[in-house]
Amino acid sequence: MALTHLQQLEAESIHIMREVVAEAEKPVMLYSIGKDSSVMHHLAVKAFHPARPPFPLLHVDTTWKFREMYEFRDRMAKQLGIDLIVHVNAEGLKMSIDPFVHGSTIHTDIMKTQALKQALDLYGFDAALGGARRDEETSRAKERIFSFRSAQHHWDPTNQRPELWRLYNCRKQQRESIRVFPLSNWTELDVWQYIHRESIPVVPLYFAKERPVVERSGGLIMVDDNRMPLAHGEVPGMRKVRFRTLGCYPLTGAIESTADSVIAIIQEMLLARTSERQGRVIDHDATASMEKKKQEGYF
Amino acid sequence: MAAADISHYLEAQQHKGLLRFITCGGVDDGKSTLIGRLLYEAHMLYDDQLAALEADSKKVGTQGGDLDFALLLDGLTAERERGITIDVAYRFFSTDTRKFIVADTPGHEQYTRNLVTGASTADAAILLVDARKGVLTQTRRHSYLVSLLGIRHVVLAVNKMDLVDYARTTFAAIEDEYRAFAKQIGLGDICCIPVSALKGDNILTLSDMTRWYHGPTVMGYLETVEVDHARLERAPFRMPVQWVNRPHADFRGFAGIVTSGIIRAGDRIRVQPSGRESRVARLIAYEGDLTHAVPGQPITLSLADEIDARRGDIISSADAPAGVADQFEATIVWMNEQPMLPGRPYWLKIGADTVTATIAHPKYRVNVNTLEHLAAKRLELNEIGVCNVSVDRPIAFDPYRENRDTGGFILIDRLSNNTVGAGLLHFALRRSDNIHWQAVDVDKRARAIQKGQKGCLLWFTGLSGAGKSTIANLVEKKLYARGRHTYLLDGDNVRHGLNRDLGFTDEDRVENIRRVAEVAKLMVDAGLVVLVSFISPFRSERRMARGLVEDGEFIEVFVDAPLAVAEERDPKGLYRKARRGELKNFTGIDSPYEPPEHAEIRVDTTAHTPESAAEHIIAILEERGAVGSV
Repeated sequence: MALTHLQQLEAESIHIMREVVAEAEKPVMLYSIGKDSSVMHHLAVKAFHPARPPFPLLHVDTTWKFREMYEFRDRMAKQLGIDLIVHVNAEGLKMSIDPFVHGSTIHTDIMKTQALKQALDLYGFDAALGGARRDEETSRAKERIFSFRSAQHHWDPTNQRPELWRLYNCRKQQRESIRVFPLSNWTELDVWQYIHRESIPVVPLYFAKERPVVERSGGLIMVDDNRMPLAHGEVPGMRKVRFRTLGCYPLTGAIESTADSVIAIIQEMLLARTSERQGRVIDHDATASMEKKKQEGYF
Repeated sequence: MAAADISHYLEAQQHKGLLRFITCGGVDDGKSTLIGRLLYEAHMLYDDQLAALEADSKKVGTQGGDLDFALLLDGLTAERERGITIDVAYRFFSTDTRKFIVADTPGHEQYTRNLVTGASTADAAILLVDARKGVLTQTRRHSYLVSLLGIRHVVLAVNKMDLVDYARTTFAAIEDEYRAFAKQIGLGDICCIPVSALKGDNILTLSDMTRWYHGPTVMGYLETVEVDHARLERAPFRMPVQWVNRPHADFRGFAGIVTSGIIRAGDRIRVQPSGRESRVARLIAYEGDLTHAVPGQPITLSLADEIDARRGDIISSADAPAGVADQFEATIVWMNEQPMLPGRPYWLKIGADTVTATIAHPKYRVNVNTLEHLAAKRLELNEIGVCNVSVDRPIAFDPYRENRDTGGFILIDRLSNNTVGAGLLHFALRRSDNIHWQAVDVDKRARAIQKGQKGCLLWFTGLSGAGKSTIANLVEKKLYARGRHTYLLDGDNVRHGLNRDLGFTDEDRVENIRRVAEVAKLMVDAGLVVLVSFISPFRSERRMARGLVEDGEFIEVFVDAPLAVAEERDPKGLYRKARRGELKNFTGIDSPYEPPEHAEIRVDTTAHTPESAAEHIIAILEERGAVGSV
C-alpha cells in the first residue's frame, strides 16, 4: 500500500530534520507559536523518538504577539518539556519600537529580522529549521529546502544549490549558516489536515470566538492590550472572528468566521476564496517585498 | 458543506495519494500557462491571487490583458523582468484523489541542470510541444533527460491546438513521430494528448473541439497514472542509515527511510559495506512498534545483535544485499561553471554517506540533442558524460535504474562546497573486486627507524620564477649536511620523464600533481624527507596531496613572490613568451594561481635571499620536530 500524501509529506520532513541533526554542528528550530511551529515540533518528536529532539526551540519575541500566544507557548513548553530559548532584541526594546508608531517595516526589521540574526550569532547556531512553506508566497516557491546564508545572513537567490533526489548538500563554509524548511512542500490545507489527523494542539486564536476588534483600512485588528491607541471615536466592537495566520497582533488581521474546531476550519478552507497571507500587513508593502526581506535576512 | 460531507471528505483525504511530476518545454510552448491552468481548474487560485494576477497581466502580461497564467509562476523579480523562468519552481494542487507537486523547469539548453534537478524527484513528466512546430530538438533533449533520470511515465501534450484549428492530422503526425523516437530511447509509457492550455481544451474535460480524441484529459491522466510504488515494494529491502538514535545506553536504533522493499520484525539483514548480519528486533515508531514498513516510510529499527552500523551504512535484506565496491561506471551530469576535472578529488554524497571521489577521463560525452557519443577531456556546465569513478573506501550501492536512492549521487566541490554534479551509478568495475591492497611486514615506521629519521613531505608551491627550486635545492643541501635522507622532486625534471605525456591544460595540471603526489607518498612511506617543488596552482590538488600522507607529514611551503616580481625575474624567459602569446595556459598570465590559505610556512621572497629563506625553513622544521630523529 503506497503512502498517502500526508504520510509522504511527513516522511520528507522527518528525513530533512534527521539530515540536519546528522550534519549540522549546532542546529536550532525556530518557534513562532503558530500552527506551522506546532506541526514542526510534532514532526521533530516523531523523527527522533524514542530520543528527544536533539535541538532547542528558539522564539524570537517581538513583544507584540497576542497574549494568548504567550500563554500557549509557556503552557506547551511546560507540558511537552520543550527546551525553549526566548530572544528579544534588547536594543529595540530600549528604542521602544512600536508597530503603531514606527510602522510594520521598521518594527519587523528591528524586532524580527535583526533580533533573529542576533540570536543566531549569540548562540552560534549554524542551522535553523523554520516552518515556511512554498505555497505561502512566490519567492518562497523557488527557495531551496536547504537555503544558505552568508556570515552576514544574506540570501542570494541566484546562487542556490540544486537539490536532487533526497540528497541534501549540508556542507558550508565557516560562519555561513543554513536555513532549512522541512515544510516546503506542504500547503495550508495539508497543515490543517495533519493537525486534524495527529490531534496537534494549536493556539486558540485560530478558532472563531467573540473578540474585541476595530476595523482599519479594510482589516479587522484585535484590541489585544492597552498599547493599542484608538482613534478619536473608535470603539472596539465584539465580532466573531478567528485568525488564519498569527504574527504581531497590530499587524495581523482577523477574519469573520464561525469555524470553532479543526474540522470546521478545514471545511471553511475548502470554501475559502482568499489566500492565507492576505491578513498580513507585511506582504502588502510592495511587489516582491518578501524577496527583499529575505535577502536582508528575514527568515 | 454539511457535517456528513466534511467527515466523508476527511475520510477520503486520509487515503489520498501524492504524485510528483515535471513539465518540460521550450520558452514559448506554454508550460507556465499549463500549470497556471491546472491550478485554476483545480480551484487552487484564491480571489486575492487572481486579483494580483489580473493586475500583473495588465501590467506585464503577454496575453493582451487576458489572464497570463505564466505570471503566477515567475516568482523572483529579476526573472520576471527578464521574462524567463530561470530556476526550478515547485507548485502544488490537489484534487479529490491526489495531491500534486509540480516542478516547473525551463527549457533552455543551458538549463539542463534544472531539468535534471526537477526530474530527479518526479514520477511522471509532461512534455509540451507547440502543435505548429511539432517535435523539436529540445523535445528530444527533454525526453532523453527524462528517460535518463528514470521517469517511466510521460505525457506528450501537443499544445496550442487552437492555433492549428484542432486538426487531427497535425496531431497524428506529431504523435507518430514522437512515438518512433521514444521507442528508440526506451521510453515506455507514453500518452499523447491534444490540448490548448490557454483555452483549457482537454485539460479537465474532453473538448468539443477535438471529438476525434478519445484518450484521457491531462488531469485525468495525472489522477490515474500509476506511481512506481509496486515495483519498489517488490525490490529487496534497503535503508541508508541516517542517524543513530541512542537516547540511553540500553537502546540503539538506526533511523532512515525505507528506499525499497518491505521490512518486518524478525527479517534477516546485512549491514553494508561491513557485511555483518543480524535480525530486525523492533521497528520503532512514535505511535508504537510497527509490524512492517514500506518504501518511503521513515523508521527507526533496532537489531537483535549488538553489531555496529554508522551513518552512511546501508541496511539491506541479507538474501539480496546491495553491491559493495570502490570503483564504478556512472553517468555524470555537470552542473557548475567550473568544469569537471578528471583526477580532482570531490566529495561524493550517496544515501547518507559522504566519501572522496575522483573521476577518470570521460569515456564519452553525450550530445543531448543528437544522442551522439563524443570524445571529451572534461565536462563543462550542462554536459553529460559516462566516466569511471573511484572512491576512497568501499560503499554500498544499487544501479540507479533499480533504485534512485541508492544509485544516485551528488558531487560537491571541496573548496566552494557547491553541488557541482549529479551521478547515476551503472555498475561496479571488476578491477575494483580484483585489486587488493597488499599488506607488507616492513612498514613505514620500521623503514624510518632504520634511517634514524621521520619521513615527511615538504611541498613548495608558488609562481614560476618565485624561487621554489632554488630554495628547495638549498634546503635539501642543508638537510643532507645534517645527515637526513632526502629526495627532491622538481616540476621541470619530472615533466621530462614520468609526466612527459602531459601538457598544461587544467586537466593535465591536475594529473601532473596527482602523479607527483602519489610518487611522493611512496617515498615518504620509504622513510624519506621528500621535497616537491611544483607550481601546483590549484588549492584542491594541494589538498589532495595533503590527504595522501598522514597528519603532520605534509608541510606546505608557500614561496611567495608577487606576480610583478616573478615576471621581472623571469629566469627562463617564460613570462615574456606567455605575454607574446607563444605560451598558453601559463600560470599567473592566462591560468590562475590559487595561493595557499593556511600554509605551514610562508617565505616572502621580496624580504629574504634564497639562503636566508632556506635557513628560515630549516629553523621552522626543527622547531616543529618535523625532520628530527625518530
